[in-house]
Amino acid sequence: MAEIAYREALNQALFEEMSRDPRVFLMGEEVARYDGAYKVSKGLLDKFGSARVVDAPISELGFGGLGVGAAMVGLRPVIEMMTWNFAILAMDQIVNSAAKLRHMSGGQLRCPIVFRGPNGAGGRLSSQHSQALEANYAHFPGLKVIAPGTPADAKGLLKSAIRDDNPVIFMEGELLYGVKGEVPDGEHVVPIGKADIKREGSDVTIVTWSRMLTAVVLPAAELLAQEGINVEVLDLRTIKPMDEEAIAASVKKTNRAVIVEEGWGYAGFGAHVADFISRQCFDDLDAPVGRVTGLDVNMAYAENLERLILPSAARVVEAVHQVLYR
Amino acid sequence: MASTELMLTMYRKMLLSRRFEEKAGQAYGLKKIQGFCHLYIGQEAVVVGVNEALRPTDWVMTGYRDHVHPLVRGADAGMLMAELYGRDSGYSKGKGGSMHFFDIEHGFYGGYGIVGGQIPLAAGLGFASKYRGEDRVTVCSFGDAASNQGAMHETFNMAAKWKLPVLYIVENNRYGMGTDIARVSAVPQISKRAGAWDMRGEAIDGMDALTVYEKAKELVDWIRAGNGPVLLEANTYRFRGHSMSDAATYRTKDEVELEKQKDPILKLRKVLLDKRAATEAQLDAIDDEEKAHVEKAVAFADAAPLPPDEDVWTHTTVEEGEPDVHPRERVLGATDVKWPSFPSDFKVAWDLEPRTPQTPAAKTERGQGGATNKKGAA
Repeated sequence: MAEIAYREALNQALFEEMSRDPRVFLMGEEVARYDGAYKVSKGLLDKFGSARVVDAPISELGFGGLGVGAAMVGLRPVIEMMTWNFAILAMDQIVNSAAKLRHMSGGQLRCPIVFRGPNGAGGRLSSQHSQALEANYAHFPGLKVIAPGTPADAKGLLKSAIRDDNPVIFMEGELLYGVKGEVPDGEHVVPIGKADIKREGSDVTIVTWSRMLTAVVLPAAELLAQEGINVEVLDLRTIKPMDEEAIAASVKKTNRAVIVEEGWGYAGFGAHVADFISRQCFDDLDAPVGRVTGLDVNMAYAENLERLILPSAARVVEAVHQVLYR
Repeated sequence: MASTELMLTMYRKMLLSRRFEEKAGQAYGLKKIQGFCHLYIGQEAVVVGVNEALRPTDWVMTGYRDHVHPLVRGADAGMLMAELYGRDSGYSKGKGGSMHFFDIEHGFYGGYGIVGGQIPLAAGLGFASKYRGEDRVTVCSFGDAASNQGAMHETFNMAAKWKLPVLYIVENNRYGMGTDIARVSAVPQISKRAGAWDMRGEAIDGMDALTVYEKAKELVDWIRAGNGPVLLEANTYRFRGHSMSDAATYRTKDEVELEKQKDPILKLRKVLLDKRAATEAQLDAIDDEEKAHVEKAVAFADAAPLPPDEDVWTHTTVEEGEPDVHPRERVLGATDVKWPSFPSDFKVAWDLEPRTPQTPAAKTERGQGGATNKKGAA
């Protein structure tokens, strides 16, 4: 087991999948000669050539749609969006084409495509470059949404996403690329739709995903342990389809739940998780479901304001106290 | 030049298209078809002229005025009508309806309801062909109003730069819904805009099937030879409103009457008669046959069952191991369906962006050139 950075784990997944399947190609802004804006595609151009690692013009709608078209006729494109903020320009093709092709064609077509790129705050980037947008995509039938929080999950899930026959939204953490973690050697595939218990506990279930796991939730769990509170940390890893079984099993054990997400609370994905727990695990609950989210405001540039807007370990500790009535 | 046989084929296919759309309009009036329904009546020369210039293995896609594009490629008229009726026997099991026809067996990759949405998709089809080294051409139709979508600019830039094998046809019927294209376009002659991407662009009379055929043939050959995409503007006219709910009051009666005199079906009929390639009786017989063809399609749709309720859960996502649906096989039990299959093991030979290393020789040459100029100036 080697310790590598999140970006290297993604690079390995791309390298391995492109090596085993000539139908896989990578297209996006700066992915080829520049090695990727976040260096995820480092070295791929030299290995696979310019038709398989393609520098696209800054035309998210155009190359997003081009990828969808290629997927309709037997290729397996990986479309890199420099950030999910920019992918908003491609949303028409993702939502109106990719997500609906199987359906509109009555099962004649499939659309095996991965849209991937960084999601969430990048640090001092103000409001247009700091959005966590997974809830938007989770809303649309026909899309799968993945948001891994560790290098091992990033690698294993990207490989699964590339092999999946549906359009997959693959959201990386802009502040996770340099984070290191152990990744199993050899073939490592993580199934889509399976959550993972990142810390076992008995008092409160914390449901989270992506960067919040290592940045906020696990540090909060350490603080709570010092008070004698054992939280169970359930990392969803896949937003859609959501692992309902794993959530229910954990809540059954702890009887309390807090959901932690970087994005806005209003109609955020955590609201869906809370809805599920409240209705499906009602008899198991000893307290209303708690939530920690980004504040419902636009992201500020100022350091102190940005810190206030994003969830923190302190806010998680507070929310856990609340569901424990402490 | 088109042979007599080909002209008769085109005549027949234009009549099939016309009669199919007339019946669709009638069925709409009877509420057998609902929702949005955009008829192609008046524009038949474009779709038929282009189609006859294609190989069966070529691909076609268009916007939501999409009933006749698969029809002239050989789709089953009854199953298309059943799709309009929202029945299980339709090509998409009643899930797509008027705006989303798909017939992959015949290379028809869809009708799209977002204006211009098919333009980037077609570039993707072309990209895949080039990626695998196929000599296939993709034809992508869109309306005049789609030319003002950003998707067109973004796509043409890439298609031209990467020389993708796509024939883009703007079916210019002069109105984007109720708005005269000239009222909202700085450059209403859309083919002229091709110059912005250093792309070949041409405009033709889209009411003349023979003109369309000849030009399409020339352009398809040119594209197949690897020269890159083309923007062909076919100037045409729809005799009906934008959709079934449009009374088209934004056009004068005189204008519509004038355009109806250029009816593409009557035009080809006159050519056939003038050339003594067919008699009035023969041509009337073709019309009768296509009327009967469409009557049969309507009867098929009328008798077709609704999709079962449990079908609401299918085809939103592909489950593991789930096969693709082959409509003619599923509905008619056809055994001659040739479904396209794509290789999973091949070598990508295409060098999309060849590196042109700065060779020392090239550098020297420029250096010397500079020196020479200096000398000359001195």
